[in-house]
Amino acid sequence: MVTTAPTPLEEELARIAGAVPDPELPVLTLAELGVLRGVHVLAPGRVEVALTPTYTGCPAVETMSTDIEHALHAHGVPEVTVVTVLAPAWSTDDISEEGRRKLTEFGIAPPRPQGPVGGPVALTLAIRCPHCGSTETELLSRFSSTACKALRRCTACREPFDHFKEL
Amino acid sequence: MTGTDTTTAPATAGAAVTAPAPTGADPAVTAAALALGDDALVLAQRLGEWAGSAPVLEEEVALANIALDLLGQARILLSLAGDEDELAFLREERAFRNLQLVEQPNGDFAHTIARQLYFSTYQRLLYAALAAGDGPLAGLAAKAVKEVAYHQDHAEQWTLRLGDGTEESRRRMQTACDALWRYTGEPFQPLGGLDVDPTTLETAWLDSVTAVLTRAGLTVPAGPRTGAWRAGAGRQGLHTESFGRMLAEMQHLHRSHPGATW
Repeated sequence: MVTTAPTPLEEELARIAGAVPDPELPVLTLAELGVLRGVHVLAPGRVEVALTPTYTGCPAVETMSTDIEHALHAHGVPEVTVVTVLAPAWSTDDISEEGRRKLTEFGIAPPRPQGPVGGPVALTLAIRCPHCGSTETELLSRFSSTACKALRRCTACREPFDHFKEL
Repeated sequence: MTGTDTTTAPATAGAAVTAPAPTGADPAVTAAALALGDDALVLAQRLGEWAGSAPVLEEEVALANIALDLLGQARILLSLAGDEDELAFLREERAFRNLQLVEQPNGDFAHTIARQLYFSTYQRLLYAALAAGDGPLAGLAAKAVKEVAYHQDHAEQWTLRLGDGTEESRRRMQTACDALWRYTGEPFQPLGGLDVDPTTLETAWLDSVTAVLTRAGLTVPAGPRTGAWRAGAGRQGLHTESFGRMLAEMQHLHRSHPGATW
């Protein structure tokens, strides 16, 4: 596919597709999650949306695709195709600042930034409890309610919480 | 023994084996994608068997999550080789190209962890090497290697905990490591169609597994994993006894109700 700068129409459609909520974490939009890779108008009334999965086996991808199709149909685009792209691989660094803030508000500790590959080695920050803000937390299980989360417990307020794992 | 007839018999459901690969695909790459896709699919099915019977709830969720990652990889890899559903549900046992290691029964929890340790260490090395290249599987490998890092970490932590735990947990973990050792030579047999030669990964695998077992206070198994006495011809379509039963469970719904949807 030839990559050209998005047209104003494509930008508008990308805003609509990007505003679709994530089916698993409805506080986040797909744009905030960073999974929307592009919207291309192939012909009048024919649009292709590129979506990348968070995890290869993420079962939410199909729902995301359907939701995007509905959103764009509602905006008057008759023909919408959603294609899945793998490369470059999605990383938790693709979650926006606003997305991280919303995750915390929702009770999920956001992923820690990893920085660019080959860049300076980042400090390993403590994972902060989304309920009381304490950094005294411990791992209960590496895998939680979904593949992208780990289960932790706060040793200060004793509440368990989900942590969005760095990927 | 009538050898290869299950893969060549034309009239049965086995005929669906040859779901046409996407046109223009390199047959060697298709064969490699099938082998790696079968590894992921079969191990996903085995791990899924723990649902409802894992030792603790957290572990049940963890094993199901790992299975889900593997199933995602399998879907992408099998789609490179043909129609994913036909390949998963309509092939006979002899047409599967997975390693014998991944089809081994779950056994007790220690056996499942030993299988995870051996396989995830191999898979991570393989995907890391594929991701570093620019072959047709590089995109998937770059994505999946990050997931597999968590699988390997999970297996290593449990190996340490069981090996360095009670007398009983140590005994079981040692038994499991010994029992599966003979299947660990097969992953490093040459496999065409990849821009990585699996034989070059073997030293790193041995170093990594030896380090974990040693830290866990376990003895590195001494049995044969290479040479005439090693097990493992899964890549040639030869499988162990329990595999047929696993396939029957995996395939029966699709075969009994063709075209059924959720």
